[in-house]
Amino acid sequence: MSLTTHFPLCFLFSLFQMQFMLLFSRQGKLRLQKWYVPLSDKEKKKITRELVQTVLARKPKMCSFLEWRDLKIVYKRYASLYFCCAIEDQDNELITLEIIHRYVELLDKYFGSVCELDIIFNFEKAYFILDEFLLGGEAQETSKKNVLKAIEQADLLQEVRHRMKSK
Amino acid sequence: MPAVSKGDGMRGLAVFISDIRNCKSKEAEIKRINKELANIRSKFKGDKALDGYSKKKYVCKLLFIFLLGHDIDFGHMEAVNLLSSNKYTEKQIGYLFISVLVNSNSELIRLINNAIKNDLSSRNPTFMCLALHCIANVGSREMAEAFASEIPRILVAGDTMDSVKQSAALCLLRLYKTSPDLVLMGEWTSRVVHLLNDQHMGVVTAAISLITCLSQKNPDEFKTCVSLAVSRLSRIVSSASTDLQDYTYYFVPAPWLSCKLLRLLQCYPPPEDGAVKGRLVECLETILNKAQEPPKSKKVQHSNAKNAILFEAISLIIHYDSEPNLLVRACNQLGQFLQHRETNLRYLALESMCTLASSEFSHEAVKTHIETVINALKTERDVSVRQRAADLLYAMCDRSNAKQIVAEMLSYLETADYSIREEMVLKVAILAEKYAVDYSWYVDTILNLIRIAGDYVSEEVWYRVIQIVINRDDVQGYAAKTVFEALQAPACHENMVKVGGYILGEFGNLIAGDPRSSPLVQFNLLHSKFHLCSVPTRALLLSAYIKFINLFPETKATIQEVLRCDSQIRNSDVELQQRAVEYLKLSSIASTDVLATVLEEMPPFPERESSILAKLKKKKGPGAVSVTELEDNKREGGELNGGGDRGPDTAAMAASNASTPSPSADLLGIRSAAPVGAPPASTGSLLVDVFSEAGPAAPSAAVNDDGFLSSAPPSEDPAPPLSEADELLNKFVCKNNGVLFENQLLQIGIKSEYRQNLGRMYLFYGNKTSVQFASFTTTVSCPGDLQSHILFLNVQTKPVEPLVEGGAQIQQVLNIECLTDFSDAPLLNIKFRYGGALQNLTLKLPVTINKFFQPTEMSSHDFFQRWKQLSQPQQEAQKIFKANHSMDTEVLKAKLLGLGTALLDNVDPNPENYVCAGVIQTKSQQVGCLLRLEPNAQAQMYRLTLRCSKDSVSRRLCELLAQQF
Repeated sequence: MSLTTHFPLCFLFSLFQMQFMLLFSRQGKLRLQKWYVPLSDKEKKKITRELVQTVLARKPKMCSFLEWRDLKIVYKRYASLYFCCAIEDQDNELITLEIIHRYVELLDKYFGSVCELDIIFNFEKAYFILDEFLLGGEAQETSKKNVLKAIEQADLLQEVRHRMKSK
Repeated sequence: MPAVSKGDGMRGLAVFISDIRNCKSKEAEIKRINKELANIRSKFKGDKALDGYSKKKYVCKLLFIFLLGHDIDFGHMEAVNLLSSNKYTEKQIGYLFISVLVNSNSELIRLINNAIKNDLSSRNPTFMCLALHCIANVGSREMAEAFASEIPRILVAGDTMDSVKQSAALCLLRLYKTSPDLVLMGEWTSRVVHLLNDQHMGVVTAAISLITCLSQKNPDEFKTCVSLAVSRLSRIVSSASTDLQDYTYYFVPAPWLSCKLLRLLQCYPPPEDGAVKGRLVECLETILNKAQEPPKSKKVQHSNAKNAILFEAISLIIHYDSEPNLLVRACNQLGQFLQHRETNLRYLALESMCTLASSEFSHEAVKTHIETVINALKTERDVSVRQRAADLLYAMCDRSNAKQIVAEMLSYLETADYSIREEMVLKVAILAEKYAVDYSWYVDTILNLIRIAGDYVSEEVWYRVIQIVINRDDVQGYAAKTVFEALQAPACHENMVKVGGYILGEFGNLIAGDPRSSPLVQFNLLHSKFHLCSVPTRALLLSAYIKFINLFPETKATIQEVLRCDSQIRNSDVELQQRAVEYLKLSSIASTDVLATVLEEMPPFPERESSILAKLKKKKGPGAVSVTELEDNKREGGELNGGGDRGPDTAAMAASNASTPSPSADLLGIRSAAPVGAPPASTGSLLVDVFSEAGPAAPSAAVNDDGFLSSAPPSEDPAPPLSEADELLNKFVCKNNGVLFENQLLQIGIKSEYRQNLGRMYLFYGNKTSVQFASFTTTVSCPGDLQSHILFLNVQTKPVEPLVEGGAQIQQVLNIECLTDFSDAPLLNIKFRYGGALQNLTLKLPVTINKFFQPTEMSSHDFFQRWKQLSQPQQEAQKIFKANHSMDTEVLKAKLLGLGTALLDNVDPNPENYVCAGVIQTKSQQVGCLLRLEPNAQAQMYRLTLRCSKDSVSRRLCELLAQQF
C-alpha cells in the first residue's frame, strides 16, 4: 500500500531523541543495528544502505557531523568499524560523539581490547552492553563501572549455571 | 575462531558464524543459511523436547540470520518460551529476540506480556531490568496498555533498586512517546520531579530524560523542576573534577547530565525567582569561563565533553535571548571556534552563530566575523562546513553588508558543490530582493545568477524577477537593456531566454529607440535562440512575438512569416501549433484596437509573500528560515513588497505558480491566473471568441483546465458530499486501510482499527502538488440523527497544520466511539486554498456499523437455534442480487472476514453457502447478528439473509453488504 512508503520520515521521528545506531565495517558490512524508532524492515534496510554509502564516501579529515534527510548523523571511525548515530537536528552533536566513545570504551573493557571479530561472534553481548548503557535512545547509565558491573553480574549468573551443568 | 568468547560461549553458534564468514559468495552464504534454517526448523518441530540451552542456541542463530538481513518467519514461539525460563541467559536471549523481531501477532503479544508481568513482579532486579528493557525496546501500544500504570509505581517506590529505577524511567519515557494518552502521571508528578534530587547520579541521568519530555508536553505541571535543575546544575558545575568519581568523564564532571539539565531548562522561560535566576546566570558564566581555562587533558574526549556543555549553555542563552552580556560573550567564544583546528568545532560554531545572528543583542557582534566566515566559504575542505558558512552569511546579512555577501555568494556559486547550488541560488535571489536599494543591482544580480547557475535557477526565481520588473516601472528600461545585452552571448542559458523573451515582449519598446536594439534586431536576437529551446520556452517566445506585433507594427510582416512557416503552423506539438495558428489569425483578423487590448502590458502583480521565500521554506522546513526571516522583515519593513500584507496568503504564489501544473507556462498562462479581474478574463474569452469562427480550436491550454479546480464551488460552506462518496465508502466496508480518495491535488489515506465499540482512525492527507496548501482545515460532522449516535472526538496528536507543503503529508487521528447503532456515515469536510482558489470537498468517512463487530464462534446446533430465535419478520432482512465481483471462494471468505464476523465452517448443510456470526458492540447495547450468504454460481446471483436482534441493524447490514459481492 502506498501509505507506508509515502509516510514522511520526519513525522515519525519528531518525538524521539537518538533515532538509531549503526555499526558497520569499512567494507560496508552491518555489524550492529539498534533502532529507537518504529520503522518497517524495508525502511530500515533502505536507511542502512543509503547511510553506509554516504558515510563511507567521506574523507578522513572531514567533520563528524552531516545533515541527512531531516536528521543529523554523528559518526566516528574506530579501526575498521564505523559507529554512526542519527539524532535530531536540535540535538547535541558533541555529546553524541562521546556517547559513541563511551560505548567503545565499554566494549573495550568488556572484551579486553575489542576488535571487530568480538562484535561479530558475540553480537548478543554487544546488544546487552548497549541496552545497559542506552535505553530507548537515552543515556541510562553513564558510569563505566556501573554498566560493566551489571553485565558482569549477568555473566556470573550464567557461569554458575554452566558449572552446575558440567558437573 | 573468535578471539574471545565470554561467559558461556555457544559453540554451535560460533561454528555457524565462522561458516558464514568463510562463505566465498553470496550464493554460498544463502545456501549455508538455508541449510541451517532447515536444521533449526526440524529441531523445533521434532518430537524430542529441546532443552533450554539448545533452544537458546537456535533462537540466537535465527537472530543472527535475521541481523544478516534475511527474513525469519518462525522461532517466535520458542523465543517466547525462553522468556519464562528461570535461567538468566535463556531469558536474556529470549528478550533480545523479541526486542529485535517484534511481531504484531496478537497471540504472541499476550504471552510476551504475561512473561513480562511475571518478571516485573519477581522482585529480582536483574529480571525486572530485562523486562523493562524489552518494553522500552518494543514500546508497542499493547505494551503501553498493559504496563503504563504499573511502571510509575516501580519508578517511585522506595524499595526499588537504583538500576531498576533507571530502566523504569526510560521505559516510561518510551511508552509516553508511543502512547501519551495511556501514561498518566497525575499523583506521581511531584515524586518524579524530585528524582532530580536523587543521590544516585545514574538515576538522575535517566529520570531527567523523562522529566524533559513530560515538561515539554505539560510545562505547568512540571515547572517545579526548574529550581531543582538549577541547583543540581550548580552543584555539578562548581564541583571539582574528581568529586563525582565515575561520573566524571575525562576530567569533566557529569557531562551527559549537565547537557540534559541545560536542555530541560530550555523548555521554560528564564526563572522568575531572582535567586534561582542569579544562580543560573552564575552557572552559565562559570561554563563560559571554563572554556577559557587551559585544558586539563589533551584528549579530544576532554574537549568534546567540555564543549558539549558549552554549546548546550549557549543554546540556553540564545533561548532566553534576554541577557545581552551573555549573548555577546557566547558570540565571542564562538568567534574563537571559527578558527579552531578541529573541523567539528568550526562546524558547530558556524551553526550556533546562525541562531545568534537572529537575536537583536548579538546580531552586530556576529557581523564582525564576516571576513572569517567568507574565508570559510572559500577554503573549507568539507562541503557540510561550507554549507554552514553559507547559511551563516545568509543569516547575518542586512542592508549594510548585502552587496558584499551577495557578491561573495555569487562567486562561490561558480565552484559550489552541486548538492547545495539550488539552495544557494534561492538564498542569493532572496537577499538580492530583500536588500535591493536600487533595482538595477537586483536585476544584475539575478541575471548573473542565471548566467552562473542557470540550471539551478528554479521557476520561482525567474518568475520573481519578472514580477518585480513588471511592478517597478523605474527598472523596466534597465531590465530590457540588460537582458538584451545578456542575450548577445553566443551560449546563454534557456532561463535567460525565458526572462529575455518575457521582458522584451513587455518592455522592448523602451530600448527600441537605439538603432543597435531596434525592434527587428530584438526580434532576430530572440528568434536566433528559438530553435535551441525546449517546447515551453518556444511557447513563451511565440507569445513574445505576438506582443511584438502590438508593440512594433513594423515587425508584423516578419513575424507573420515566421508564424506561417510549416515548422510552426504544422508543428507536431499541439500547444506550439495552436499558438502559431491562433496568433497568426489574431494578428491578421483583429483590428489594432482589439490587438492593443488583448496584448496590453501586464498589470502589476499583487504583492504578498515572495514566492522564492516560500520555496526556500519548503526546502528547509518551516522552522529553518522563518525565524530570521520574520526578524528581518520586522527590521526592514519590507521594501519590494511595499510593506503589504505579509500573512501566509498564497495569492502571490498562485500568480507565479499557477502555470506550474501546465507544461506550457507562459505570459498568458501567468496572466490568466493573476487575480486582477477584467483584463485577464477578457483576454481569455476574447481569444476564444475570435477563433470560434475560425474553426474547431480547442480552448487554450494556458487557461486552467484542471477539472477539480473548476468543479469546486467557491463557497465557504461545506460542499455537498461528492457524487462518488458512497462508492468510496463501500470500498471500505470490508477493509480498514487504504486510499480513501485521490485527485490531482490531494491523496487521503486511511488506517483504522476497532476494538469493541471504540475505534481509532488515522487520516493521512498528502499534498500531491509542488505548491503549498494554505488554510487547510478539516471538520467531521455526523449528519442528522447520527449526531446522537456516533461521537467523534477529534483527539489529535498534533492539530492539523493549516499549511501543507508541496509533496508533504500530514496526519490526523480520530477517536471514535459507537454509542448505538447507526446508518449514515459521518461526513468529512476538507477545505484548503490551492493557489488562491478555495478547495472544498466532502467525503463520507468509512465508518460503518460492521466495524464494531466482535466475531462469535458457535456450533452448528447453536447457530440454528439462534437463527430460529430471531424469527420475527422485521428481524430479518433479505436481498437477492446479481454478483458484481468475483465469486471465487477465497475472495468471498476474505471479504466476510474483513466484515468483522466469524466465518463458521460446517454449519450450513450446503457447503457452498457461507454463514457468519458476530456481535455488534455499541455503548448502549450489543446486537447479535447472524448472516447467511448463498451464492448461485450458474446464475451469478446471491441470496443474502441477515437476522439481528435489532431490526434497523439487519436492514443496514443488508444494504451495505449487497454492494460488496
